[in-house]
Amino acid sequence: MTELVQELATQVPDLRKLEAFAGAAAHTPYLADPQAKLRRKLCVSLEDAIRRSGLRDGMTISFHHAFREGDKVINQAVGKMAEMGFKDLTLATSSLLNCHDSLVEHLKSGVITQIYTSGLRGKLGEAISRGVLRRPVQIHSHGGRVNLLQSGELKIHVAFLGVSCCDEFGNASGSQGKLICGALGYAKVDAQYARSVVLLTAELVPFPNYPASISQDQVDLIVTLDEVGDPTLISKGAARTTRNPRELLIASLAADVVEHSGYFRDGFSMQTGSGASSIAATRFLGEKMAEKGITASFALGGITGGIADLHAKDLIKTLIDVQSFDSDAAESLRLGKAHIEISANEYANPTSKGAYVDRIDVVILAALEIDLDFNVNVITGSDGVLRGASGGHCDVAAAANLAIVVAPLVRGRLPTVVSKVTTVITPGESIGVLVTDQGIAVNPKRPELAKRLLDAGLPAVGVEELHRRAIALTGEPEPLRFLDRIVGVIRYRDGTVIDVVRQVDERA
Amino acid sequence: MDILKNAIAGTLESSDVLVKVSPSQDGTLTLHIQSEVIKQFGKQIRATVMQTLEALSVSAATVVVSDKGALDCVLRARVQAAVLRAADATDLDWNVL
Amino acid sequence: MKLRRSMLFVPGDAAGMVSTSFVFKPDTIMFDLEDAVSPREKDSARLLVYQALRHPAYRDIETAVRINELNTEYGPKDLEMAVRGGADIVRLPKTETAADIELLDRHITRIERECGRPIGQTRVMAAIESASGVVNAVSITRASPRMIAVALAGFDYLVDMQSERSGGSEPELFYARAAVLHAARAAGIDAYDVAYGDVNDMDGFLREVMIAKNLGFNGKSLIHPRQIKPLHKAYAPSREELAFARRVIEAAEKAKHEGLGVTSLDGKMVDRPVIAHAELVIRRAEAA
Repeated sequence: MTELVQELATQVPDLRKLEAFAGAAAHTPYLADPQAKLRRKLCVSLEDAIRRSGLRDGMTISFHHAFREGDKVINQAVGKMAEMGFKDLTLATSSLLNCHDSLVEHLKSGVITQIYTSGLRGKLGEAISRGVLRRPVQIHSHGGRVNLLQSGELKIHVAFLGVSCCDEFGNASGSQGKLICGALGYAKVDAQYARSVVLLTAELVPFPNYPASISQDQVDLIVTLDEVGDPTLISKGAARTTRNPRELLIASLAADVVEHSGYFRDGFSMQTGSGASSIAATRFLGEKMAEKGITASFALGGITGGIADLHAKDLIKTLIDVQSFDSDAAESLRLGKAHIEISANEYANPTSKGAYVDRIDVVILAALEIDLDFNVNVITGSDGVLRGASGGHCDVAAAANLAIVVAPLVRGRLPTVVSKVTTVITPGESIGVLVTDQGIAVNPKRPELAKRLLDAGLPAVGVEELHRRAIALTGEPEPLRFLDRIVGVIRYRDGTVIDVVRQVDERA
Repeated sequence: MDILKNAIAGTLESSDVLVKVSPSQDGTLTLHIQSEVIKQFGKQIRATVMQTLEALSVSAATVVVSDKGALDCVLRARVQAAVLRAADATDLDWNVL
Repeated sequence: MKLRRSMLFVPGDAAGMVSTSFVFKPDTIMFDLEDAVSPREKDSARLLVYQALRHPAYRDIETAVRINELNTEYGPKDLEMAVRGGADIVRLPKTETAADIELLDRHITRIERECGRPIGQTRVMAAIESASGVVNAVSITRASPRMIAVALAGFDYLVDMQSERSGGSEPELFYARAAVLHAARAAGIDAYDVAYGDVNDMDGFLREVMIAKNLGFNGKSLIHPRQIKPLHKAYAPSREELAFARRVIEAAEKAKHEGLGVTSLDGKMVDRPVIAHAELVIRRAEAA
């Protein structure tokens, strides 16, 4: 064989790089061993998996957050890496929640020195706002994360992906098995882009496992953990609609806005966030749809139990799911009747060849703050501390025909409508209407919409008037004081910098 | 008005404020404020409490305010209630409220 | 003329509710200093309601205060606060006789004079909560020019009657409802039906609303904001009722224009009461 290759190289010099055949299993040695062939990916422990993954100091590790507040993967994996002495890692998660507080010590000790995430909460958000990391955290949207992976800025060396079940080859699902979390839309992307993929499964099932959200051809290593997620926290909230009368008032008004928006017709498409008013609005919208005989062609999300309920009532034809917000939604995906799972790339990436958000008519979103230009903040709390998530907010607002923001005008003593938001996540040009319990405001760029709503008798006033009402109740807030040091960079979905978050000023 | 004893008014429920008034140790007026919105409204809370105390002619007292996002009108009412309880006052001069 | 369909009770000591209830836009807000507030907190609640009454957020909503009975240590102070605070209406609980209203009237006049409020501006609502109250309803509703409404308080009344709610069409409330309503109409004032205590039972609530509406009650006492919209919807005229009402007004104007005293529409006589009813229907439709 070697002589053949030499002769080839002599005749066609640029083919001298080709290798000679050296046996069927030369490059796949495991094929020679019947046991290894089938079981080569299985690791005996998390430590074993980390070791075999090729992880080194300074690399980038990734995780997804489909297990929501019940996630146990991130803390365990990073904790083990700390034990093993790893340092200077970049943590790239699709998001971080309150249950990830224990990561703070790893930031302090230098195990993690950089973070890419869509959201930060709890003590972790506070610590970062207080400057625990030397490099600013990169806050991206769900679609924007895929963009960063595709552009090469974010290079995942090892992805650690928690799954509900998988077989020994790595065919994995989040919506089958005993501990389901629902759609693995973010994990699918990591599985595609990471150099090395480790699955952490709650359950090892017989081969072949299908339907599979992550395929065997993307998986390097598999380890079974006792705890991948806390079932009580994953299964939270069979989307019980809120009883809070103010949230219901806002929800009802939001449904009225959708009804008279001009987009409410048979075959329309919708998306809602997971906030209480958004979920309640889903129910009121469902009532209107039933009344008027209107069926939605699809709903996109972040799928909630409320949406799954309308789907079960045949008011929504298809559910397109990147993440299941509660157990009802996950269950609906498991049943798989016109309920499909998509990746974050298909969902919202502006540089993908087709993002579902582009096909949305109406979306209902939340806001911590919204200003006189309709810019929205969903990431920094009332004290300037990182406490929220960019999520899919700017993605779907940019692409949908109409983005509706719902929020109480005042939360306790805090005005929701402010003169300038603390942090811009979604630019005002993407927002069509603000719906509060004390009136609605239409973006002046949408005069036809304003006319339609006013003609329908809805209480539309200018955003300046809503601001005035809010301040009349609360008084004018003192501006928050920050230090100059930047601790967070807000990346718009196209990778550009739309805002920064500075370190909070602790001095009284 | 003279503060004769310890008194509290209000609650720690959301949108309310708990006000504790007690006699001054040294004849001065001291005010401690705890609030979820201290950064944005600390100054205003202080001003409202001081104004309310002044209107009730309270010049010596220790006042502790634990705020849960109360609007000014609620703050005023709770301070007044705590002061009147602490002063054992039964008659109200409505002109100062 | 003021629509009085919904009267939302707000516990006078609940800071959160007092701060936000105006967003629900009931026809009337009733700040309660009586049953909702414990004796230890009556003084504090009084001060909170005073602030609310004077707050711009409540300027455009009709405000009422349920004071404690005048023979308690709280009642007279509540009254001082309510009148001075600018409450539109004072609700007197457990009204038994016309003399109760007359006494209240005298006190209100005194306070108005002392604080410089226009005499007669503060109106009064009598709450009838007992057999005596029902039996004296006719004289109660006429007892003062301040009287603007009368409300039947079902729970206390049934206790007094040694009876209880039976659900369904509720014969146990029939006489009281009829008596209070007649007394109200004879005196030309509004009448409120009893509060419905089960906030989770919307069907039961709506059934009761229809009974009250069909009897002729102007509205109902409400204990939760989520009862407001369904109540307003139930009181809103149907499309046919509204269309007919508009034609009535048109016919009446035409008749007036032609100098005719009375006219007819679809074979029905259009006289003063029919016109007044049509005006009410249109007002309810506009407010819904």
